[in-house]
Amino acid sequence: MYNFEFTKPKTIKDAAKALAADGAQALGGGQTLLPTMKQRLAMPETLVSLTEVDGMVGVDSRGTGLTIGGATTHAQVASDAADVYPALAGLAAGIGDPAVRNRGTIGGSLANNDPAACYPAAALASGATITTNKRDIHAVDYFQGMFETALAEDEIITAVQFPIPQAGNYQKFVQPASRFALVGVFVAKTADGVRVAVTGASGSGVYRWTAAETALNSDFSAKAIEGLSDDPSEMITDLHGTAAYRAHLVGVLTRRAVTASR
Amino acid sequence: MPTISMNVNGISVSAEVENRTVLSTALRENLGMTGTHVGCDTSQCGACVVHVNGKAVKSCTMFAVEADGAEVATIEGQAHSDGSLNVIQQAFQDHHGLQCGFCTPGMIMTATALLRDNPKPTETEIRDHLEGNICRCTGYQGIVNAIMAASGQKPAIAAE
Repeated sequence: MYNFEFTKPKTIKDAAKALAADGAQALGGGQTLLPTMKQRLAMPETLVSLTEVDGMVGVDSRGTGLTIGGATTHAQVASDAADVYPALAGLAAGIGDPAVRNRGTIGGSLANNDPAACYPAAALASGATITTNKRDIHAVDYFQGMFETALAEDEIITAVQFPIPQAGNYQKFVQPASRFALVGVFVAKTADGVRVAVTGASGSGVYRWTAAETALNSDFSAKAIEGLSDDPSEMITDLHGTAAYRAHLVGVLTRRAVTASR
Repeated sequence: MPTISMNVNGISVSAEVENRTVLSTALRENLGMTGTHVGCDTSQCGACVVHVNGKAVKSCTMFAVEADGAEVATIEGQAHSDGSLNVIQQAFQDHHGLQCGFCTPGMIMTATALLRDNPKPTETEIRDHLEGNICRCTGYQGIVNAIMAASGQKPAIAAE
């Protein structure tokens, strides 16, 4: 890979300043960025490591929901959120493999917004708020297409706030080589209604399957969406599966997630 | 070039590395510790797993400069000080946990992390935990048997 300058700031302010420079790129756990740089698909001039910035690690359930620091690893979410939000902890426990989970972070995953990543589905279904060094962004406004987010160049995800649903579950059909979701579906039953967020299927990244939400709002059971399938016309076709196959998986995984919701 | 300091297997070391040098390269080329293997260099195979501050990580997917000041454990530090194998290493030998041996350093370091968190894992838990470690000889049964035995449990299938 190409060489770069490296900085490891201790404060959010210094990190934001470093990121404002031309060619600067934030480095979380690096589990996506390093492989990308090895392929020379990314060639940042400066990497700004966020792993030692004060106050960006931890899972806090003292309030009404769950607040997770932006530099918190998947492994820590899997263990520390297990009692409070088991659906989210289960999602974190299924990302990559154990060694990847010890490095990869929630902020890194959400900032990258890979169309097959798991966390975007949790954030959108839960109605999470992405907190940055500048503002709070609701999940609905945050995800803006494949690898596109509302983040500005010098904006850092400092925390993610998850309201905890009455019931929820995440089901993913793993693409066996990458362990990303071929399709993943997060179902959350909240006081405001049911939300169904789908990752891995669409070329525009995570989205909500509103037809299923409507059916589940009147009857929260797998039976309520039996036979219902999502429109494959905007879905991804690649060597791992066709759009029609992904559309089929969306239905199957949604039914499984509803059945497993607790 | 930046100079990094680490404690590797209980010994303080330092190395002059480029920012782009990954930890596996620093261990193998700068420090001459070639026990950590690099199989795929793309974060898939797990041959390069080491422990950084007690956590199993893929050393090909972490910059050496990120490990500055860290405690690192590698396969070289696993045997007893008299050179005899530790319980996990011995179990790999006893239960045919290696064929060509290339994946073994990563397998041992991953198994060590598993047994520290979960001293009596089930066979399913062992297989789940090895998700990021590939044995291209496909000798998984021997590896699973070895980890069962190392945790004081009867191997799922007895060695021939």
